[in-house]
Amino acid sequence: MILGKVIGRVVATQKYQGLEGQKLLIVQPMDEHRKDRGTPVVAVDTVMAGLGDPVYMVLSREAALALEPWFVPVDHAIVGIVDSIDLMEEPS
Amino acid sequence: MTLAKVIGTVTSTIKHKHFHALKMMVVLPVDEFGAENGESFLAVDRVQAGMGDTVLILREGNGMRQLFKQEGFCVRSAIVGIVDHVEPMSVG
Repeated sequence: MILGKVIGRVVATQKYQGLEGQKLLIVQPMDEHRKDRGTPVVAVDTVMAGLGDPVYMVLSREAALALEPWFVPVDHAIVGIVDSIDLMEEPS
Repeated sequence: MTLAKVIGTVTSTIKHKHFHALKMMVVLPVDEFGAENGESFLAVDRVQAGMGDTVLILREGNGMRQLFKQEGFCVRSAIVGIVDHVEPMSVG
């Protein structure tokens, strides 16, 4: 499970039948310091995340299990909106 | 399983139902000498781990479903042990 930030929306009318009614968002993965990490992905949203929201995502098969009915063909699913990230102080 | 160090916690109110009442921690993979060994990720705590603890992480969906005794569970990584001591064999 990884952190990310919602940076956009995707609209696709022509898609696999299990994906109807699923909201697709573009998410930029990030690290715990909120610095970008890797390239943006398209994730299905299960928690009504909005643009700019810090979120966390589950990947691969578990992403498909985050939806009802299961096994809709997705490999990234947003499963939480982050309120805060508390980090250990770096040893100075 | 993965050896890792707990470096932070993530709080979130709006989340997928499978994540309710679960403590989400930021963990950093480490090698047997405690050196950083990969990208940080999120794991759900099952053993009351604290900041700075060296822990054991199970990163596999089926193991999660057995751990939580719930079919179709979409959590993928969990902290399943707190490490007291690591004894790397001296090679050669």
